[in-house]
Amino acid sequence: MNPRDAILQNLRRSLGVTGGEAPRRFEVERRLAEAPPGIVPARGQGDVATRVATFRAEAERAQASVAEIASLADVPAEVARYLRESNCAATLRMGDDARLAAMPWGDTALEILFGASDGHDLNAVAMAFAGIAETGTLALVSGADNPTTLNFLPDNAIVVLRREDVVADYEAAFARLRGRYGKGNAPRTLNFVTGPSRSADIEQTLLLGAHGPRRLHIVIAG
Amino acid sequence: MTVVATTPRFKGNVHDALTDARLQGALVHASNFAGRRALAAARLPEFEALRDSARAIKDHTLAHLDLYLEAYERKVVETGGHVHWAEDAEAARRIIVDLCKRRGAKTVTKGKSMISEEIGLNAALEAAGMAAVETDLGEYIIQLRGETPSHIIAPAIHVTKEDVEREFRKAHLDRPADRDLSQPEQLLAEARAELRAKFMAADVGVTGANFLVAETGTSIIVTNEGNGDLTQILPRVHIVIASIEKIVPTLEDAAQLLRVLARSATGQDASVYTTLSTGPRREGDKDGPSEYHVVILDNGRSAMLGGEFEDMLRCIRCGACMNHCPVYQAVGGHAYGWVYPGPMGAVLTPSLIGVAEGGQLPNASTFCGRCEAVCPVRIPLPKMMRHWREREFERALSPAAQRYGLRFWAFFAKRPTLYRFATGLFTRALHWAGRKKGRFASLPLAGGWTDYRDLAAPERATFQSQWRAKSGAVN
Repeated sequence: MNPRDAILQNLRRSLGVTGGEAPRRFEVERRLAEAPPGIVPARGQGDVATRVATFRAEAERAQASVAEIASLADVPAEVARYLRESNCAATLRMGDDARLAAMPWGDTALEILFGASDGHDLNAVAMAFAGIAETGTLALVSGADNPTTLNFLPDNAIVVLRREDVVADYEAAFARLRGRYGKGNAPRTLNFVTGPSRSADIEQTLLLGAHGPRRLHIVIAG
Repeated sequence: MTVVATTPRFKGNVHDALTDARLQGALVHASNFAGRRALAAARLPEFEALRDSARAIKDHTLAHLDLYLEAYERKVVETGGHVHWAEDAEAARRIIVDLCKRRGAKTVTKGKSMISEEIGLNAALEAAGMAAVETDLGEYIIQLRGETPSHIIAPAIHVTKEDVEREFRKAHLDRPADRDLSQPEQLLAEARAELRAKFMAADVGVTGANFLVAETGTSIIVTNEGNGDLTQILPRVHIVIASIEKIVPTLEDAAQLLRVLARSATGQDASVYTTLSTGPRREGDKDGPSEYHVVILDNGRSAMLGGEFEDMLRCIRCGACMNHCPVYQAVGGHAYGWVYPGPMGAVLTPSLIGVAEGGQLPNASTFCGRCEAVCPVRIPLPKMMRHWREREFERALSPAAQRYGLRFWAFFAKRPTLYRFATGLFTRALHWAGRKKGRFASLPLAGGWTDYRDLAAPERATFQSQWRAKSGAVN
């Protein structure tokens, strides 16, 4: 017997089932189809302004920095300001995201690079798929528009989050995900990011910038 | 069994740990977890309800595990991934080593995975001529030291920063000998630079999984460093190794469990990186692995279902039980002798490597109950340790002196009048003998206790007689 069938047979013997019982199959199919939400914390709930305020407070608690600006067109100026004031190099890598491409980067002195990171980038910017107010968490999805390497390899990660994309909780983010990819489907990589990279593995001393970005700057626009 | 277990020598291990001053100094840091967990739990009013929800999800999934595994497999294949099934550690090692060898891999980076420790993957990869590189900072440190993790989420909790400096000077020979490595910041910066080169050179990345989602065929990893992500997005091949009980039905179910996982583990509301991976690189992608494989391991777990240790399969490996365990805090993780330490290890180890090898561990409990009180999925750990003790006794695996001692005690315990008389006499005698100091630094036949701490001299009368005097009756 192949190992797959052997494991399933052992499981069924232990559970005292055959695997063919209709009520069990129905129960499993129903749960997969309905995806019931369970307990959803109240913390992230509220109107857009409340959600943005909660998101900001929670993200800052996780050592991210947050700036709020009026519109997407103001993003380049804010990014340039952040890099200048943090004494970072004036270079910036980004993917093909049309919303990033439409921004007036020419108004800044930043050198713009495109595509995935090869591990030598100091700064990168990505558009968030959503922000989750409950824990101040960014949701980023893979693809040519925002390659996943940009979230991990640069020293400074900058993420643009539209105000309207700040949702209350993980369940709301999943609902949006299903809206884009269809029920039962997911992007290749979905990153939930809460603050910059860190480690406490040496004597439980918390240090930022373990393998991923040393700094995370979130620009909320709109 | 793959990693050589020193579990049968548990008593000797404990003695070594208690007399190791360096280890005792390092273990002070392990006591920080409990306070952080308490703060995180207090900050979320729904925390206790979420624990019930997490438990219910795990129980539901285990009761339908065969069907959810089939559903999960279908989705992985649908999204272009491959699923491999391994009945035991040997099979899992063979599958992964073959995958790596066939692709001509030289360097294999690894995200932190307890299953990888359980199957002894690093040794197998090295034996096949490949370099296996642990990328979690703690795992990297203990790999350099040739050790196993002493904690399931803080693998190097037993190591001091001076130990780390010594290992780095030995391992990183290209760097100037006079560099300053006295601070944790400098050690972290050096590890980051060393490992960045390994990440870029890796041909295959192996990660574990905190959860496998049946609804979407997704594997989920949780890290704070980002090492797991660099392990899985940079190489051409990503291999996930996970045991059968990691399955959850839906994304919503995963969210319920994630809410209790980070808080129970490190006291964070959310870990820095929670990453959901579904299949290989897609059309148009500029990064990500070209191949995505999942190795699903049984290794004795299917036999635990339906039995008295089934509840243990709910475990989400947060480490809260060991963070709150007075025994773990005193002896550290290595004394437990195999992969899983603390209360969860005391229950799981005999299940996975046998009661003959691991049967001593369930004795390493004061039954204070803190492990069960903080377990996010409410596993009745003390009850299961009692089950193991019973089995150890039934199979006559416990030492003769202990067995005779228990029989001797049972003789009295079954005769209440005699018991009260004898314990009353004994208590008065001890009270009289210890009346000057109020404690004993040594006692005949009690060296196991008094070697490490004093025994307080008892009050004049037993608890039962004091109770009777105060309330008027017992029974």
